[in-house]
Amino acid sequence: MTVTQPSPTAPEHGYGRPSVQEMLASVPTFALEGVDAREVTVEVDVRRGLPAFTVVGLPDAAVREARERVRAALLNSELEFPLQRLTVNLAPAWVRKAGASFDLALAVGVLVASGQVPAEALDGCAVCGELSLGGALRPVRGALSIAIGCREAGLRRLVVAPGIAADAALIDDVEVCAVPTLGRLVDLLYGRWEPERPRRSTRTSPPPVELPDLADVRGQADARRALEIAAAGGHSLLMVGPPGAGKTMLARRLPGILPPPTLAEALDITRIRGIAGIGEEGLVRERPFRAPHHTISAQGLVGGGARPRPGEMTLAHRGVLFLDELAEFSRHALEALRQPLESGAVEITRGQVSLRFPARVLLVAAANPCACGAGGEHCRCGAIARERYRTRLSGPLIDRIDLVCQLAPVSAASLAPSAPPGEASAAVQARVRDARERQAVRLVDLGFACNAELSTGATRALTALHRRANEPLVAALDAGMLTGRGHDRVLRVARTIADLEGSSRITRDHVSEALGYRTVGLGPEEA
Amino acid sequence: MSEACDACLRRGYLIGLLAGRIAGVLDRSRRRPEGLLTLDDAELVMAVGGADTQEALDFLAHFESARARADLRHAKVRSTCPHGDAYPAALRDLQDPPSALFCRGRLELLAAVDDEPAVTVVGTRDASPYGLDVAHDIGRGLAVAGVTTISGMALGIDAAAHRGALGARGATIAVLACGPDVPYPRRHRDLHRQISESGLVVSELPPGQRAYRWSFPARNRLMAALARLTIVVEASESSGTLITVEFAQDLGRAVAAVPGRVNARMAAGSNRLLREGAPVIRDAGDALDELFGIGGRARRLGDPPSDLDPLQRKLLDAVEAGLDMDGICTFAGIPVGEARAGLSRLETRGLVRRDGLLGWQRRTLI
Repeated sequence: MTVTQPSPTAPEHGYGRPSVQEMLASVPTFALEGVDAREVTVEVDVRRGLPAFTVVGLPDAAVREARERVRAALLNSELEFPLQRLTVNLAPAWVRKAGASFDLALAVGVLVASGQVPAEALDGCAVCGELSLGGALRPVRGALSIAIGCREAGLRRLVVAPGIAADAALIDDVEVCAVPTLGRLVDLLYGRWEPERPRRSTRTSPPPVELPDLADVRGQADARRALEIAAAGGHSLLMVGPPGAGKTMLARRLPGILPPPTLAEALDITRIRGIAGIGEEGLVRERPFRAPHHTISAQGLVGGGARPRPGEMTLAHRGVLFLDELAEFSRHALEALRQPLESGAVEITRGQVSLRFPARVLLVAAANPCACGAGGEHCRCGAIARERYRTRLSGPLIDRIDLVCQLAPVSAASLAPSAPPGEASAAVQARVRDARERQAVRLVDLGFACNAELSTGATRALTALHRRANEPLVAALDAGMLTGRGHDRVLRVARTIADLEGSSRITRDHVSEALGYRTVGLGPEEA
Repeated sequence: MSEACDACLRRGYLIGLLAGRIAGVLDRSRRRPEGLLTLDDAELVMAVGGADTQEALDFLAHFESARARADLRHAKVRSTCPHGDAYPAALRDLQDPPSALFCRGRLELLAAVDDEPAVTVVGTRDASPYGLDVAHDIGRGLAVAGVTTISGMALGIDAAAHRGALGARGATIAVLACGPDVPYPRRHRDLHRQISESGLVVSELPPGQRAYRWSFPARNRLMAALARLTIVVEASESSGTLITVEFAQDLGRAVAAVPGRVNARMAAGSNRLLREGAPVIRDAGDALDELFGIGGRARRLGDPPSDLDPLQRKLLDAVEAGLDMDGICTFAGIPVGEARAGLSRLETRGLVRRDGLLGWQRRTLI
């Protein structure tokens, strides 16, 4: 926090100086850009003249309205609102500022510039908050991103509303002050009051919510195996089965068999939740599971808008994106998923600003076998309806799917109370975790997290097969069952199957099994 | 084998020339071409010629058979007529037998229907998976037993029957409602090519002709006449398939049907035939019994290759039985990963195939 006295060389006026000095204050605060917080400096200039309050520096309507909130909040907190000429500048000017999160910085700037608060008390301190007319601080979105921004800008202290302090406090090097009102903030700056230290959520505490367990799923050995492979290698999965076969039930259990997020991943997830303004306060310890409805727009899926917001893909970052009823999604929406699935991020360009939303998801899709849902011999669709359905499914996303499995209708026997429960999530998770660790050791220097992310070059280099293991692939290529792209896909899945088994070498059986799960034939029926 | 004679060739091309006119006369009342095609050349011109009468008469007067034959050679189409040795006697049962037939493929299949009975398999375009499966299997089974399968290359049942026969490297004849060189419907371009290569495509219309509404029932009469037995697999009450049935009955040819689901609209017509006393066809074997008497012809269905190990054989049986993945694993007594691996090996050998939506399917064994 700095206060600049008018320069000594400024011309002296012949008239007497007013009691309030002309002063300039500058207060650091933050504006959200994608998932990052960009530092914005609020400069407040107070000088004699007709009372006025002007805000410049690309503010939107909500920021201009801040004038009214700041005036009321100051007066209702028994502070003074100077009846002078106030000019506020938000720098850098080219960053678009939106929302009410600049209220607090404006108010503090006015307080400093009008000499009601000692400027030195605010050294190295950023403030972020919306103000109520009564002077209470309201939470803003993206507290964790703001705290990260503080650390990067070298600011030691951050003042926010109590509701979001726990999120911000996840960053070590920044002292977070949870301040309930403007009046308390003045007390704090004068050293008359100390805020309670926000509770740090620690990673050792157990997850707050119980994840659904795979033990609930009886039978479906094939789908469980596919789910395990998908989890172990980060491979995308399509489950095909009639309604009620348990596709959604299985997909919901996927986060529970993925290894828990690392601290860096958890911070990522928490940060994105903060930006979107959803979920509880504090570090998120479970991977997200997002299941957008099939009527969602492309923008809703990948994010965007005039003021870019994260889409479902970003909300599912480091977790599971579940597309139920894949055939019902609009072609346009699925088309939009393709590039982010490959790169793990959504790039959005608006005007001069280019934003990058992380979007590394494990894609799981589900579909009925045909339009009526029954499939196979119970199907009541005609050939034309089936053909139309298949054409819809063979759309833009299908070449991004690594594994396809079919689910049978649930049999009465497997629903009986006496039927043995399935293997529990914990046991599956242990195998998945081992497989992931093996991958991590192999891939750490290459910058990949799991087998599914391998580039073509890396796939060929890391999955070299000896002659016997290569035989099934050669035979499949000869039989016209595989394309070049499909070939690499099978190799990556085979690598994961080997990792699950703890085998450093990919064997013939691993390759054959991977072939057995590969993506096939959603196009026209073979009759 | 000889080509069609000049007069018959001229007649064939005349029908091609007047096809649009015939459509103008018939399509308004949606009648079948009954009667019209029995007229001789001049009468036909007078009956349908209209504004084109003079042009048609000129055509008749100045027809150059040499040029027509050059055209046919160019279109890789061969022709035959009642005066030639490639023309099947079976067609003479019609009151309006075609004068010229335009063919692509194995011309000898045509006359062969007189010596070795052929079977026409027809049904709806909008078929159920069950219907397609049965039609495919009948085509396959007939092929294995050396019987020619005749159909119309339409979507649905027709194509499935052709494909079943082709898959077993058997003989199949597609009777088209357009010129023999025109792949209609267009989606069956590949099927058209395959049948032209290893089967026979035949039509009453000369090369290049499109299909008309009247030419479908006209084609149906040929399908009915060529076969000793017509099998209906799924036909709705309003289906054009039933026109083939009527022709077959008029000609005194046998008609049989495959039972469909009683509440399925696409099987209402075929089920009615059964109710009225048509023989029930469950598979190619039943069709062979109809043709040759019970046990009259051995069914030589294919066996899986002998070098399969017991596990692979078990997996193959499980797929054949229509089991789902969990069922397959239980049946074979192996974990699912091994079952997937084993099945993908069978797939590579072409013994099963995997459909993204329907899972593992057995594959035609020859």
